[in-house]
Amino acid sequence: MIHQFDTVIVGSGGAGLYAALEASQRSKTAVLSKLYPIRSHTGAAQGGISAALGNVEEDKAEWHAYDTVKGGDYLVDQEAARILTEEAIQAVYDLENRGLPFNRTPEGRIDQRRFGGHTREFGKGPVKRACYAADRTGHMILQTLYQQCIKNNVSFFDEFQVIDLIMDGTTCKGVIVVELSTGEIHIFSAKAVLFATGGFGRMFRITSNAYANTGDGPAVCARRGIPLEDMEFFQFHPTGILGLGILISEAVRGEGGILKNRDGERFMERYSPTLLDLAPRDIVSRSIQTEVRAGKGIRGDGKIDDYVHLDATHLGKDILMSKLPDITDFCKTYLGVDPAEDPIPVLPTAHYAMGGIPTNVHGQVIGDGQGTVINGLYAAGECACVSVHGANRLGTNSLLDLVVFGRRAGQHIGEYVKHADMPEPDAEAAAEARAWIKQLMDGTSGPHGGHISDEMQTTMMEKVGIYRTEKEMQAAVDEIQALRTRYHSVRVQDSSKQFNTDLLEIIELGNLLDLSLITAASALNRQESRGAHSREDYPERDDDNWLKHTLASLDGDTVTIDYKPVDTSIWEPKPRSY
Amino acid sequence: MKIILNIQRYNPATDKEPYFQEYHVEVNPNERLLDALMDVKRFQDGSLGFRKSCAHGVCGSDAMRINGKDGLACKTLVKEVAENDGDIITVEPLKNLPVQRDLIVNQGEFFEKYRSIKPYLINDEQVVEKERLQSQDERMVFDDTTNCILCASCYSACPVLEEQPMFLGPAAIAQAFRFLADSRDKGEDERLVVLDTPDGVWPCQNHFKCTQACPRSILITKRINQTKRMIEDDSKKDGTLS
Repeated sequence: MIHQFDTVIVGSGGAGLYAALEASQRSKTAVLSKLYPIRSHTGAAQGGISAALGNVEEDKAEWHAYDTVKGGDYLVDQEAARILTEEAIQAVYDLENRGLPFNRTPEGRIDQRRFGGHTREFGKGPVKRACYAADRTGHMILQTLYQQCIKNNVSFFDEFQVIDLIMDGTTCKGVIVVELSTGEIHIFSAKAVLFATGGFGRMFRITSNAYANTGDGPAVCARRGIPLEDMEFFQFHPTGILGLGILISEAVRGEGGILKNRDGERFMERYSPTLLDLAPRDIVSRSIQTEVRAGKGIRGDGKIDDYVHLDATHLGKDILMSKLPDITDFCKTYLGVDPAEDPIPVLPTAHYAMGGIPTNVHGQVIGDGQGTVINGLYAAGECACVSVHGANRLGTNSLLDLVVFGRRAGQHIGEYVKHADMPEPDAEAAAEARAWIKQLMDGTSGPHGGHISDEMQTTMMEKVGIYRTEKEMQAAVDEIQALRTRYHSVRVQDSSKQFNTDLLEIIELGNLLDLSLITAASALNRQESRGAHSREDYPERDDDNWLKHTLASLDGDTVTIDYKPVDTSIWEPKPRSY
Repeated sequence: MKIILNIQRYNPATDKEPYFQEYHVEVNPNERLLDALMDVKRFQDGSLGFRKSCAHGVCGSDAMRINGKDGLACKTLVKEVAENDGDIITVEPLKNLPVQRDLIVNQGEFFEKYRSIKPYLINDEQVVEKERLQSQDERMVFDDTTNCILCASCYSACPVLEEQPMFLGPAAIAQAFRFLADSRDKGEDERLVVLDTPDGVWPCQNHFKCTQACPRSILITKRINQTKRMIEDDSKKDGTLS
């Protein structure tokens, strides 16, 4: 079936819904989502959304911008960070005005709390900047935006999976999608397409990410020749639930929780004397890994899956129930631990992609190192790289990113489509996608995806994790290539058209394999340590050679690397200490 | 431990009626039921249909009936529903909604009813301050209802819906309460029109099945009763005026 819209938005998390709210007021808009919209992973974000409201103590957007740049180890594009932090303030008020139930101060204003790497006066000490709704801030943002979409009659196509992008030179003309309930392939012809498909943490074994976080947007773009930016920078959140990787919010430390090793020592005193447990995530995750390797983990065997304790017992039941109720519930459900009574066993968990589809501050996708705009193609949220997170994102800045840049992209699309021509619908545009799906379902027997997925996740976790070496990353590239070869003979077991979730998972696995390859190759290429990319063979940051963004292109089975400059127009890069 | 999953299968396109299929799975008792289902899906039978996403009880995708109780597969640990090797866990799709494939139900009417109560802040007044002021106490009045993830466990558990399929259902009423009780909201008149009807709040008979099923610990039945009282208070107010 062929559809025609001015605007097609792929993904219905925070970025997609905010863009939809803006674009739908100005153009005929469709939102395509592989999940029901309120199931998106924005809903799992816990701790808060930062904005320098100054409701609790003095704060300035400029301090927030500086923290964002320094937190990103100076790989942040600084003008983008300035926009992010200045527009943060109105963005949070807008969410409140649209109904978001923030926690309140005694004066009835939006309450704020501490979060990692957020400081006053350019690093002098922690500041209360994170606006929050208990430990369900992402859930509340997703609900509020979905509610607004209902109010504004936004058109949703629920459970539609994107499989290809229609490109004509440097112009995007729509997307190809498969409708899960029927198996039918649809062509959505559009003047503008926005990808807001979220992250791809499912390439790793231990992750806080949902099953749905398979990087569908970036993978589809990469296969259509668009380079992906800074893919080597993947954030490991310091505190995931032991064994499962479920997120334990940084808000636990923001409220006063303390990390301890097997000796009961507050080891962050040695790694970050000023910010302690509230140092940025890359630093805390490395510190935990270093403790574990030194035999200071709780088991003390030095193995990669040893863990440390997050102690929140001194916070008391009242704080835990009023400010961290979901965390308390997760610990009781999955660990049998009451955080009011006992410390929480935690270890780092793959959490957030700093890299993704390159965009400018309007959400327009940039197709090369020279700044060439791909007409009609946009990206926002975790799948995009603006870049406001650089080499390491600060906590709370992801919710902010998707609200600010989802909105900006939606507004820009609204203007763009006024002057753009509606592409001629072309039934042939789906030919390649049809052939691929037909092959996957041709009834021959092939390896099942489950084993390939398992091996991919293990390889990425062990060889492209927190600490990296050339030898391991080269092995990862080779192993992922071998898995991609095996993937070519994978076949769908389910022969039905209706809700063929087997087909869906095999499509998703293909996306993860492509993104794993690009991530491993980009990491192998960058010969320095910066933010979340920590190389044991190149332990120092090297601004002379590596103060630049990576642009990695997938050309068949090879990854080719190009670069583009970092915007350092506001602050000169300096050594980073906390 | 070794468990047996006894799963209801049904593909409306090819099957005349639903049937059960058994799968033997080796699991750790501390694992989630969802982990066991994923094991079947990935290594035994790719054709098994179910929804899932966050895997820790916040997205609402994997609501189903587990040993006859409604809940989330990712918030149910194996040890809660099986004690010994060889124990059988029966897994079925949610009730009161049409089955599309195996454990996947069509949630269309559930969301239609949710939309009908206007689940968004209604207040056209200009905001004087930057934010609308609200005390923490005012916020706490409707706090638990904001936890709702629209998983439809309550909708499946509700015995009234079995008899009266047009009933609004627990989730939609609890979400109506979420806004009616919000000090910032002005949409009472618009919502009460939907709620004060034969298929609105009144069919609820306090079975408390919704409250028991809710994986987010929302006191749904209590919120429904509070909503009924709001309607009664509103009509009394109208009565004295006329």
